[in-house]
Amino acid sequence: MATERHDPVTGRLTTGHEWNGIEELETPIPRVVIFFLIAGTLFAIGYWLLMPAWPLGWTYTRGLLGIDQRNVVTRQVEQAAVSRAVWTDRIATEDFAAIAADEDLMRHVRDTGRTLFVDNCAVCHGVRGTGGPGFPNLAAGSWLWGGDPETIAETINVGINSTDEDTRISQMMAFGRDGVLEIEDIRSVAAYVRSLSGQQPGEADQARLPAGKEVFAANCASCHGEEGKGMVEVGAPDLTDDNWIYGGDEQSVFTTIYSGRQGHMPHWQDRLSPTDIRILALYVGTLGEGER
Amino acid sequence: MKEFFHRKIERNAIGFVLAIVGVASIGGIVEIAPLFTIGETVEEAPDMRLYTPLELAGRNIYIREGCYACHSQMIRTLRDEVERYGPFSLAVESQYDHPMLWGSKRTGPDLARLGDKYSDAWHVAHLINPRDVVPESVMPKYGWLMRNELKYDDLGLHLAAQRKVGVPYTDDMIANARWDAYGQANPDSSYAQGVAERYGEATNIRVFDGEPARITEMDALVAYLQILGRLTDAAHQTAAAAAEE
Amino acid sequence: MVSGLTVSERQLSLVVLTALALCGLAMAAAGRADALGIHGFIVLAFSLGLIFLVISRYNDPEPPTERLSRYYDDPTKVGIVLTMIWAVVGMFFGVWVAALLAWPDLTFDAGWASFGRLRPVHTSGVIFGFGGNALIATSFHVLQRTSRARLPDQFSPWFVLIGYNLFCVLAASGYLMGLTQSKEYAEPEWYADIWLVIVWVVYFLIYIRTLQRRKEPHIYVANWYYMAFILVVAVLHIVNNLAVPVSFGHAKSYSLFSGVQDAMTQWWYGHNAVAFFLTSGFLGMMYYYLPKRAERPIFSYRLSIISFWGITFMYMWAGSHHLHYTALPQWVQTLGMTFSLVLLVPSWASAGNALATLNGAWDKVRTDATLRFMMVAAVFYGLSTFEGSFMAIRAVNSLSHYTDWTVGHVHAGALGWVAMITFGSLYALVPWMWKQERMYSPKLVEVHFWLALTGTIIYVFAMWNSGIIQGLMWRTYNDSGTLAYSFIDSLVAMHPYYIARTVGGLFFLAGAIVASWNVWMTIRMARFGQSQESGADVPVYGKADAVQAGE
Ligand code: HEC
Ligand code: HEC
Ligand code: HEC
Ligand code: HEM
Ligand code: HEM
Ligand SMILES: [Ca+2]
Ligand SMILES: [Ca+2]
Ligand SMILES: [Cu+2]
Repeated sequence: MATERHDPVTGRLTTGHEWNGIEELETPIPRVVIFFLIAGTLFAIGYWLLMPAWPLGWTYTRGLLGIDQRNVVTRQVEQAAVSRAVWTDRIATEDFAAIAADEDLMRHVRDTGRTLFVDNCAVCHGVRGTGGPGFPNLAAGSWLWGGDPETIAETINVGINSTDEDTRISQMMAFGRDGVLEIEDIRSVAAYVRSLSGQQPGEADQARLPAGKEVFAANCASCHGEEGKGMVEVGAPDLTDDNWIYGGDEQSVFTTIYSGRQGHMPHWQDRLSPTDIRILALYVGTLGEGER
Repeated sequence: MKEFFHRKIERNAIGFVLAIVGVASIGGIVEIAPLFTIGETVEEAPDMRLYTPLELAGRNIYIREGCYACHSQMIRTLRDEVERYGPFSLAVESQYDHPMLWGSKRTGPDLARLGDKYSDAWHVAHLINPRDVVPESVMPKYGWLMRNELKYDDLGLHLAAQRKVGVPYTDDMIANARWDAYGQANPDSSYAQGVAERYGEATNIRVFDGEPARITEMDALVAYLQILGRLTDAAHQTAAAAAEE
Repeated sequence: MVSGLTVSERQLSLVVLTALALCGLAMAAAGRADALGIHGFIVLAFSLGLIFLVISRYNDPEPPTERLSRYYDDPTKVGIVLTMIWAVVGMFFGVWVAALLAWPDLTFDAGWASFGRLRPVHTSGVIFGFGGNALIATSFHVLQRTSRARLPDQFSPWFVLIGYNLFCVLAASGYLMGLTQSKEYAEPEWYADIWLVIVWVVYFLIYIRTLQRRKEPHIYVANWYYMAFILVVAVLHIVNNLAVPVSFGHAKSYSLFSGVQDAMTQWWYGHNAVAFFLTSGFLGMMYYYLPKRAERPIFSYRLSIISFWGITFMYMWAGSHHLHYTALPQWVQTLGMTFSLVLLVPSWASAGNALATLNGAWDKVRTDATLRFMMVAAVFYGLSTFEGSFMAIRAVNSLSHYTDWTVGHVHAGALGWVAMITFGSLYALVPWMWKQERMYSPKLVEVHFWLALTGTIIYVFAMWNSGIIQGLMWRTYNDSGTLAYSFIDSLVAMHPYYIARTVGGLFFLAGAIVASWNVWMTIRMARFGQSQESGADVPVYGKADAVQAGE
């Protein structure tokens, strides 16, 4: 039913249709709408001309600027590397001692190392390198393989028990599971080991110490040393400090000896650049600084 | 003039329907169809290998648990992403991903290059309780993955369905799917050898969850996580080639 | 419900429900070793329950033939109730997942209660449960009023409404069991997808049959939008869900497309689920309830045309803005970005058309919270489409993508636009449906308005902050030229915003609960009080002069 009328508020004509009381005004399309529609379309056409835009069956228009996102990012990464080269070249070539002595270079190491460390290593070793159950504390200064930057860099490169072919191998044997020692011997040596780090043994353990000492000398000293101070050649930890990878309580030590341990530290030489690994090696060395 | 025309189609319901469908179809056709016809859309990767049955089962668990809601698997062509996560992702890397898991949200970090980054033991500990290893984490605990035995007897059907949608699994792979799943998580079993024969010597054949006696959902998920970004080396090669240009 | 059906419609219901029960039985049997079996039992129980309902009322007297001279509103009424139920459920899950990101241990040691499974319950619960029911309920109402024709029969609207809710139940319960295709907003598995196609075809047929019988020469704008919603969602749904099930006894399926083609199809779908579900459908709603409530004519018919066809055409090109800088070829990204930018014009044209319609009714906006809901919705619609077009610019997206900024944008649209226009429309519709002069408590409408607005603002600002901080932290370089922050640093920085978002969500949820109570009390008022029947709200064309205010 077409009955056009004037809307009393705006004075505009209605279209003359009405749906259950709803009417529409004959307001012309506002100019801005037309303007932006045209402006937008022109912008789009310009952009299409410059950039890869339209498919043509088996190929597509490449755009006058010849831009491709993959080349763009590759160039950016390269350029960034070039502008970092002022200091990264020195990290890559100078020896660790010289770098460590250079406060300016070490500032770059700290800046860069922290993010590298937290993005790659912190899930195991913690944001501050303090480790957690099964993952060694790198801030304690008690090293499995040695704490000089060369050694640390090598550890990071090849990993420990990792899938790299040159990996460091560290085996704490499963003395109980593999039947090398009787349960009673394990209890004794566990008590002895715990006493090494100055933990006061309970009464029962006190009695076991002499036996434990013997078992230790016969079975453990070859890796952990006569005094249990550890051996960096085989990555065997120092058992005399209060720093534990798997825990120094009775149960943990027992499990360690019974079931053995083969901690897995991934290798990074396929993932991080040699410079990054040198930065990390230096950075790891700074982790305990505050505390020590 | 336009109005006149519009007044007409407004009066014709069927015409209006056809107009809507017509107008709305154009965009999708122009944008999607050429992705099948333009050759360079998906790069060449002769070394591309398939997911093993165990990895596929793990991928299905990844989907089931909604990991994609927090983790992307798509490194964009941006400097910070390439520097943080590794070479940008290529289309070919997900060419056998039905469906793709590129993701749209990074509540957790990108996982596209996760494979071989961490140890199996870490993944197990992390999935059982992320806050045990990463105190800052907001990721959920997935303790049941360790409790649930993996259902692997029907993996042959899964591989067959994958073949129907275009993944080139062989008859041999389909027939041995369940045993390959078992063998991959149990290197001491007699089934392990077949996995390497069918999927390549580089395949990870390990006790992923630390328990050789049981094949758990944890085995499958960790096997999958350890292969992310490692089905083909194409991304590294492309990055190297682009750098040389 | 049942007593409104004719005997032959009751028989048809029984036949269809029996067929559905048999499908459920078949699923339960074929999928007994799989989660599919549980869904079989759910389908079976669902249909047996309804069969019982029909049989218990089977012998009720038939409705008088004069029903044909009235609109058929029973499905709309039930749809409104379902909308409110899903609103509370969906938003409850929203608050829960929000809380999980702030306090990840607020959960049980069980798969169903973990973030990854609850999140799609939230998204599907609000979009499909809340939004979808609102669209179905209002579309039946609007379609009849603007066509002056009754729905073509009394069976098919029920089939659509109940069938659709069965789909929603299968979706949500499936996620909790871990059944998902992982395609965002299309997560339900193949059998649920097929079922939705059937429901949708019937929905479309209702629309087209009613339009064919309309007593108005012209099809009103609201119906253009509702139709675009129905049609395009059908196309999107079918293409994006193409998949091969592992077997007929498995819930699991593998999508037909893979990798880059799958990504493009998914975001062509995902973006246009936004466009045609969350935008087109709700614009249909707005185009009816806003002018009705304001008692003003639409500002410009010509602007309606431009915006409708602009939206329908351009949205479909924009999906690739979800894939900027990815392995999707750059040419597609270019198209996505440029179309998203031009898309702002028809989007703002719709928002402007709505707001200009309020000219001459601004005093009402001030006093009437219902109309204010709709006004604010139009503002948020304008805001979120502006933000969307802005985020579609590649350079901006490089920062916003993967961050909470996207989530902020989503909820500016979802809370500010979708939910507000729905609540506004329902506050107008409920009294009309239950023949009341007004809602049980206009005060509570006012309370709800402020709860909703506060909640939205807290939510959106929290996410803008966290998103932009996140995006910046990821790409900030230090003086050495290397990344300044680790991922974990950014994670720690999010914590306060995740708490704020949870609080904002609680406000919004509280509003929805208040609304449900208000609706419920209005219904009770109708049951126990008297109702205002008016003879004018009838489907026969020709009584225009006697049109009742309202409706
Ligand atoms: C998947 C967990 C994991 C990740 C990630 C990880 N580590 Fe380790 N890391 C270990 C474990 C486990 C050990 C100890 C191995 C053992 O028990 O023998 C270790 C040992 C080390 C050691 C040797 C300590 C010593 O006392 O000699 C260094 C140094 C080290 N990690 C540095 C790093 C750095 C740097 C990164 C990052 C680039 C890193 N780690 C990433 C697990 C990890
Ligand atoms: C073959 C060399 C070897 C022998 C023999 C050996 N260990 Fe070890 N032990 C290791 C290595 C290597 C580790 C570190 C394992 C790791 O970190 O994964 C280790 C770790 C340990 C730890 C864990 C320390 C911690 O910080 O948690 C304890 C305790 C221990 N050994 C005790 C013993 C005792 C007691 C014996 C003898 C019964 C013994 N070990 C014999 C190599 C050995
Ligand atoms: C609520 C969001 C959320 C969900 C769901 C989630 N994650 Fe995470 N994920 C995180 C966060 C946050 C981190 C970073 C902190 C950490 O390492 O735990 C993370 C880290 C990770 C990492 C370490 C990545 C790296 O490079 O450091 C892996 C692997 C991982 N998640 C796997 C998974 C898997 C597999 C699932 C599903 C079973 C999953 N995530 C589900 C949030 C989530
Ligand atoms: C009570 C109010 C709500 C709260 C607390 C809430 C909370 C959330 C949370 C926490 C997420 C997950 C974000 C992430 O993964 O980081 C989310 C996602 C989402 N919500 Fe809500 N929500 C609410 C209401 C709504 C409503 C009413 C709608 C729609 C009508 C909606 C639609 C969505 C969508 C579409 C997503 C997915 C976003 C994406 O993938 O980017 N939400 N919501
Ligand atoms: C002109 C209109 C719009 C444009 C151009 C637009 C654009 C965008 C862009 C660029 C993104 C981010 C994609 C990403 O980086 O991942 C996005 C996400 C999203 N938008 Fe919009 N938007 C518009 C309107 C709306 C409206 C009105 C809603 C209503 C609710 C909405 C809902 C969403 C949702 C749910 C997502 C999240 C998708 C996901 O990742 O899961 N958008 N939109
Ligand atoms: Ca196992
Ligand atoms: Ca689906
Ligand atoms: Cu979009």
